[in-house]
Amino acid sequence: MSALSLRTRIAVVGLLALGGVALAAPWLTSWSAEALDWQHLAAPPFDGSHWLGTDRLGRDLFARSMQAIRVSIALGLLAALVSVVIGVSWGATAGFIGGRTDALMMRFVDIVYALPYVFIVIILATLFPRGSLAALFIAIGAVGWLTMARIVRGQTLALRRREFVDAAIASGARTPSILWRHIVPNVAGTVIAYATLTIPQLILFESFLSFLGLGVQEPYASLGSLINEGAQEMESSPWMLLVPATLLSVLLVAFNLLGEGLRARREAPRE
Amino acid sequence: MISFALRRLAGLVPTLFVLVTASFFIIRLAPGGPFDQEQSLPPAIRANLDAAYGLDRPLAVQYGRYLARLARGDLGPSFRYKDYSVNELIGNGLPLSLTIGLAAALLAFLGGVPLGAIAAWRADSATDHALMGFSMLGVILPGFVVGPVLALLFGIYWPLFRIAGFEAGDPSFLVLPVITLALPVMAYVARLTRDSLVEVLQSNFVRTARAKGLPARVVLLRHALRPALMPVVSYLGPAVAFVVTGSLVVEAVFGLPGSGRYLVQGAIDRDYPLVMGMILVYGVFTLVCNLVADLVYGWLDPRVRP
Repeated sequence: MSALSLRTRIAVVGLLALGGVALAAPWLTSWSAEALDWQHLAAPPFDGSHWLGTDRLGRDLFARSMQAIRVSIALGLLAALVSVVIGVSWGATAGFIGGRTDALMMRFVDIVYALPYVFIVIILATLFPRGSLAALFIAIGAVGWLTMARIVRGQTLALRRREFVDAAIASGARTPSILWRHIVPNVAGTVIAYATLTIPQLILFESFLSFLGLGVQEPYASLGSLINEGAQEMESSPWMLLVPATLLSVLLVAFNLLGEGLRARREAPRE
Repeated sequence: MISFALRRLAGLVPTLFVLVTASFFIIRLAPGGPFDQEQSLPPAIRANLDAAYGLDRPLAVQYGRYLARLARGDLGPSFRYKDYSVNELIGNGLPLSLTIGLAAALLAFLGGVPLGAIAAWRADSATDHALMGFSMLGVILPGFVVGPVLALLFGIYWPLFRIAGFEAGDPSFLVLPVITLALPVMAYVARLTRDSLVEVLQSNFVRTARAKGLPARVVLLRHALRPALMPVVSYLGPAVAFVVTGSLVVEAVFGLPGSGRYLVQGAIDRDYPLVMGMILVYGVFTLVCNLVADLVYGWLDPRVRP
């Protein structure tokens, strides 16, 4: 196993720092995400105690952005978890049983894969009453498991031919227990690397939906809804756009670097 | 080759059927109906509206009727935009969306391949690292971040292009949307071209060409680039699909009157036929693009034909 590259380590440090600040934000600033400061409407950054300025209603942009990051990361993790659970179960079962079951299960994945994902997610977003984000993200995770299933199936096909699986079958272990105790631990590394790459995609989806007005609703903020609000005001108050746009970019780049780094380490030749 | 194409075409049918059926029933599951927004309609009028649009029938009957109409190419009336059929609404917006989408796809491939070739040519140099760094950013950053920032930079601070008050026929409005839409695809194409070209440049036939004494430029352009473009060709289908769905975002960011806005607005308004129409038109377009890309790939590389 090679060590993580410098880029990956910078990404980890950046993520931990950003996540830490986002978590600690309520104690770092005296402003809450919802409080209105009538003395400072649309104030630029570093104006008084508002580090990143305020929005049109005088709400502190730092507090709102950090709250948005907390929501984004939490929803990204939740949806990634859902897609990992479904994808691993589906892929490992298909790969292990093989034959006609495998063909049928993977044909189903192919069909769903061909559907335009964005449309399905937009329709799902309208399905749930506004504000029930956890439900929405379980749904998004439930659509996002397809690639995971393919990867896990491929790995399982390779693992099934290994001696320790034959040994487990010979010793009378039942299929669910072989899957859980022998297959899943062996695909875990790949699954974690890939899941890390799905988190930014899911964060992106949440921001995208919120940008369109279908995701996080007032009074809560999402980086997407902040970008949307900022884009309306960018001529007079560009920071309202630039602050959430920068934070979202940093978040996405850091998660992608981390995921790429983990994947590169999985694929690196072992000595 | 023809039987391969036909078989792939037939393979679209189950996918389309799943798409129609799933979206038809899922959107009906959503709470609220198309006529709920208008405040407390008298029950008699409400019943008349429902009857006029067939909403009083059981869901299975509505589904059957929808399929029957669809078979004749009729996407039904819009609930929200009175006096308009879905065919008219989408037909009015689609030309603009397609113009932006195709221009973006063209720009992405015409720009991405040379950039990737330059990076491969100078592999592991500072140029290569810089280009690939930008390409990574281009792939990661979404249109709704890039779009407003570009509008701020080139529409307000340095007003090269017009960004507000769209007038049909003035291409100045379309430059930034096209760039926003093209950027991620261009970045990905550049990376694909680079990676595949670096590999091809190490193969035996390239070494032979060099050993013959051909100038390096000729080796790259005549010998190495063509086989290296295979992965790029296979990305063509997903790229066009991406551009089509991406136009949704870009139209929202730049306030363009394309057809993309009907999907989100229709979903919020519970305008069932409009949403279904959008999903079908964009879905069929996506699937057909994927199919064409597969066929082109099979034509270029006979080994993949089953």
